[in-house]
Amino acid sequence: MDIYIVGQQLVNGLVLGSTYGLIAVGYTMVYGIIGMINFAHGEIYMISAYLTAIFLALASYFGLQSVPVVLLLVLFATVFLTALYGWSVEQIAYRPLRHSNRLAPLISAIGISLILQNYIRISQGARNQGVPPVLDGVWRIPSSAIDQHFIQITYLQSLIVVTALASMALLTWIIHRTALGRACRATQQDRIMANLLGVDTDRIISVVFVMGAAMAAVAGMLVTLNYGSFDFYIGFLMGIKAFTAAVLGGIGSLPGAMLGGVVLGLAESFFAGFVNSDYKDVFAFSLLILFLIFRPSGFLGVPEVEKV
Amino acid sequence: MMPLLTVHGLSMRFGGVTALHQVDFTVQPGSITALIGPNGAGKTTVFNCVTGFYRASSGTIHLQDEYQQAEGIDLLALLGEPLQWSDLWQPHRLSQRLYYKMFGGPHLVNRVGVARTFQNIRLFNELTVMENLLVAQHNQVDSGLLSGLLSSRRFRAYEQAAVARASAWLRFFDLLPEANRLAGELPYGYQRRLEMARALCTQPRLLCLDEPAAGLNPNETKALSQLILTLRERFAITILLIEHDMGMVMDISDHLVVLEHGEVIARGKPEQIQQDPRVLAAYLGTQTAEKGGL
Repeated sequence: MDIYIVGQQLVNGLVLGSTYGLIAVGYTMVYGIIGMINFAHGEIYMISAYLTAIFLALASYFGLQSVPVVLLLVLFATVFLTALYGWSVEQIAYRPLRHSNRLAPLISAIGISLILQNYIRISQGARNQGVPPVLDGVWRIPSSAIDQHFIQITYLQSLIVVTALASMALLTWIIHRTALGRACRATQQDRIMANLLGVDTDRIISVVFVMGAAMAAVAGMLVTLNYGSFDFYIGFLMGIKAFTAAVLGGIGSLPGAMLGGVVLGLAESFFAGFVNSDYKDVFAFSLLILFLIFRPSGFLGVPEVEKV
Repeated sequence: MMPLLTVHGLSMRFGGVTALHQVDFTVQPGSITALIGPNGAGKTTVFNCVTGFYRASSGTIHLQDEYQQAEGIDLLALLGEPLQWSDLWQPHRLSQRLYYKMFGGPHLVNRVGVARTFQNIRLFNELTVMENLLVAQHNQVDSGLLSGLLSSRRFRAYEQAAVARASAWLRFFDLLPEANRLAGELPYGYQRRLEMARALCTQPRLLCLDEPAAGLNPNETKALSQLILTLRERFAITILLIEHDMGMVMDISDHLVVLEHGEVIARGKPEQIQQDPRVLAAYLGTQTAEKGGL
């Protein structure tokens, strides 16, 4: 087995895995706090791809040249607007159903997911859209290599991993070091008790949706820059993949979602590199099924305890 | 004196079951009032209604406000009531109802000064002891995202104040050495005290204790009685108590309310209650109870 191919798949897997992890965080936090799977989360990711393209176009319209400035501006604008979408979805589709049957918000999630998809299809067109490459350039290790004997890392790939790590670190910091995060953790453990202690849990739930959407927006922007092409349907597959990552890591656990993302990305990429790249999705979902059968609580999840 | 808590005509129905029927009682400020009655009498349901855990089916619950105005705070309104047609020509009332419907909830009941503990302890087991107490002060700290992220001066000042307040209560309950342990790994007796400390961190005027002595041995119960008396004397906190340990109830409470089958059958001083034939019947099950004389 060629060491360079292994290395290359490792790089690809890490890149893929860190985007999965970013999206999985949204699933796992929402599940942790209100116990539902937010099936509209993939669409939030898809919307962030469109927003990235729109803001990139705006930046070039206003003649911004400096790449770091453009990327930062696009990042902030995309994250802000996507977070607004995440917040609205919670307000419109989930909050009114807070005290109803457990199944109701799930159906509502599927509904809002269809609505968002078709809203984008109608407003942006059904065809593939693309963005021009913003950041070119590669590193080769070793740099003096000839033929196929090197590992290639594009600047964008390293940007993806670094940004993903930074976002995760930021989120972890928020959850563990701020008063807001403390209230989030308390609400996750016992929403009713937190409410009885004066925590406005509705606000905390909004915050969680906003943070999840923001992380998905970071992923959406990075992937869009990397692949350059997207359509209104990308949210579906990416959403399910990220959900798989969240289950692998143990749904409800924040470090679990990150770990699950990386593991899934690596597994997929190695399968594609050494077995068959056509069946990599089949492989990923087989992993999901195996985990659901043999270890439903994932790597870091605690076995479900029925709450009173 | 104006009562601190006035419960009037409180009823609670779950489907066809009437858990509470026309319950009336008051709690005087600075008193220790105990709610007693046989199992299933509806004591905890009263607590759940007062603290906003349940939405009462009918009746009113008022808490005297800090300025001692006549009306007091309508606790049920804080939870968000259904809109009524008559609100349409009372714009003030309508806007108030809309506000509470959107932003109301048990947290507002807590913020006006009602805190509680649970019979089966409900701590945040995965948080440390200190964090449990800090969450209870969420309303008094700076919970902004940016200020927390940048650790602004304001954020740190509020956090310090919260930690100081929490430490004071930990010291009072003799839990200070445990501050950094996970709440879930504390021994049972410690958890009971921690839950009281946490309720007190919300700075309540009315503290509702649901069977605080359950599972404690006689010595611990005696210490608990002493703690409750100290709370009243030193911190001027009014206490509403559910307790099965009659010795403790008779020792520390000034006023008793006896419930049976969701109705108040007697209220008064401990000596009066001990003599009350209906109470004796409810507890001992003599013929008067069976004939339904209540």
